[in-house]
Amino acid sequence: MESRSPWYLAYRRLRRNRVALSFGALFVAIALFALAAPLWASDVAHTTPNATHTTETVEVGGEQREVVDREGGPIGPLWLGAGGRFFLGADGHLGRDEMVRLMYGGRTSLFVGVTAALITVLLATLLGLLSGYYRGWVDGLIARVLDVVWAFPVTLLGAALGLALALGGLRIGPIVISGDSVWVPILIIGFVYAPYVTRPVRGEVLALREQEFVEAAVSQGAGPLRIMFGELLPNVLSTLIVFFAISVANSMLLESMLSFLGVGVQPPNTSWGTMIAEGFELITSSPLLTVLPGAMLLLTVLAVNVFADGLRDALDPRAKRRLEVHAGQTEPEGTAA
Amino acid sequence: MARFAVRRLAGAAAVLFAVSVLVFVIFNVIPNADPARQLAGRTANPQLIASITREWGFDDPLPEQYLRMMQNILTGKVISYETEENVDERIVEGIPETFSLAVGAAAIWMFFGILFGYLSAVRAGGPLDRGLTVLAVTGISMPVFWLAAILLNYLAYELELLPAGGYVGFTENPLEWAQHLILPWVTLAIVYVGLYSRVLRSNMLDAMGADYVRTARAKGLSEHRVMTRHVLRNSLIPIVTLFGLDFGALLGGVIVVEGIFNLNGVGQYAYESLINLDLPPIMAITLFGAFFIVLFNALVDVVYAFLDPRVKLGSPAR
Repeated sequence: MESRSPWYLAYRRLRRNRVALSFGALFVAIALFALAAPLWASDVAHTTPNATHTTETVEVGGEQREVVDREGGPIGPLWLGAGGRFFLGADGHLGRDEMVRLMYGGRTSLFVGVTAALITVLLATLLGLLSGYYRGWVDGLIARVLDVVWAFPVTLLGAALGLALALGGLRIGPIVISGDSVWVPILIIGFVYAPYVTRPVRGEVLALREQEFVEAAVSQGAGPLRIMFGELLPNVLSTLIVFFAISVANSMLLESMLSFLGVGVQPPNTSWGTMIAEGFELITSSPLLTVLPGAMLLLTVLAVNVFADGLRDALDPRAKRRLEVHAGQTEPEGTAA
Repeated sequence: MARFAVRRLAGAAAVLFAVSVLVFVIFNVIPNADPARQLAGRTANPQLIASITREWGFDDPLPEQYLRMMQNILTGKVISYETEENVDERIVEGIPETFSLAVGAAAIWMFFGILFGYLSAVRAGGPLDRGLTVLAVTGISMPVFWLAAILLNYLAYELELLPAGGYVGFTENPLEWAQHLILPWVTLAIVYVGLYSRVLRSNMLDAMGADYVRTARAKGLSEHRVMTRHVLRNSLIPIVTLFGLDFGALLGGVIVVEGIFNLNGVGQYAYESLINLDLPPIMAITLFGAFFIVLFNALVDVVYAFLDPRVKLGSPAR
């Protein structure tokens, strides 16, 4: 009998989960769509996300049409009628290219989601390891601080911080972040969600630190740092991976909500959230401008959530087996090689 | 029990104190927010601003300003810098709308969350379970404000099936009250329906493997009775906990939904105050929201001990 690492077994379980894999592929496709933004903008649409075309016309099938009509209404989707220009129409009275904005908006939304989730997980790992390992007053202090953050309604705290920093910017030592930088919402979202991940990490560390392998490390003379990062961290890694994926989904949702309220991503940057906010003002005449960015956001978050589910099932085989037994599709572990 | 209550109260007070200090600090580091300028209005001149600064004590040390603000909030005398109306009165005016919104949404999400979760677990692996799981994950992934905007546009503006926002008091006309609130209720509830049905499903699947369920079956109880009386009842305990925490924190979600459906409640007031950089209402509303979160946290502990006799109050917290 060959022995396999738990990571390999998890990978094999994930590979068998077709639903999770197809949603993972959907996420990759959306990410590629967003990454292709500069290519589409320069080679197909011949514009930039913030370039206005208010007074211009486009040629559609030999006929000149105004990008923005006299009443300020934007042109609708032209698909490939103008060689890819205004593929999805213009975005309002400024006459910016909706398709280009949608792609660039996706870049911002994904970047904010992934980076904020990284910050959340890093903070949570650090705090969880510290309070689970040291217990006592360290644990107590961290728990009190988290209680305070917890007692805030998330949106309200996010909005208050967003507004404060959007106006004032942020100065941490030598690092200066201006108010319209995307790092403002990233830091806020990463910080606001940290308590929700810290608690479960702390719980796992508390349980793990009583086990023999920690005792063995102590008897070998390992210091706190080596025990925390060399012994405990690898054992909570699978939990962290799952929480990272879930955090990406939640961060993207919070970003869009803050941006919708005007306290998230600031111009000149565009995100799907700011696009929904701008589209909402024209919802009765051009509902597509609201529908499109929201649908992209929903699809992306859905893809991440389903994939995260698959990851959790793969990394925690007990949970998966329970479900399979009850679904009557028991599959003996490790027979297929 | 008494010692537990005292400790719990002291903890809650400490958290509320910290929350208020934090909000005060956040808004006193904003350089653009000079309350004296705000109070002086459009016709501001340096002398007026200086005299307002002196009169309202904006040049006093910050701890002193903080204490005065808190005293005013707690005694109902706090005044908005932007509109100069009484903040506490304005919050009280908004409560019926926010309360109607929150309670209706909570009823919807508890009912459908439990129903869907139960059906999913009982039919685990089948087509019904799969369909409900798709619905649940979609609900969890939904940008709420976007759904609100879409529903408002298609159901209210285009098809004119429902009123486009606004509020009618329950005592004035219960039918119109419900008609006006149905869209806000649904949008607010949808995320939680998804979340709760999934949590309940996995709790029930866990419980189905437990010894007491085997015992219940061995006693010859009907499948229905085993599921409702034994599996469902025990699986609902974590749902109650979750409900307490989520309901207490609902003020956050209410902000966007109230804004889109034009409900003039506490959430809308919070949003207006944020945009106007109006510190007194922001402080008061944040405390109001935090108060409910802390209150429901404590309630959850008590209810939990009541539902699960193994939990003893006063033992070290979780």
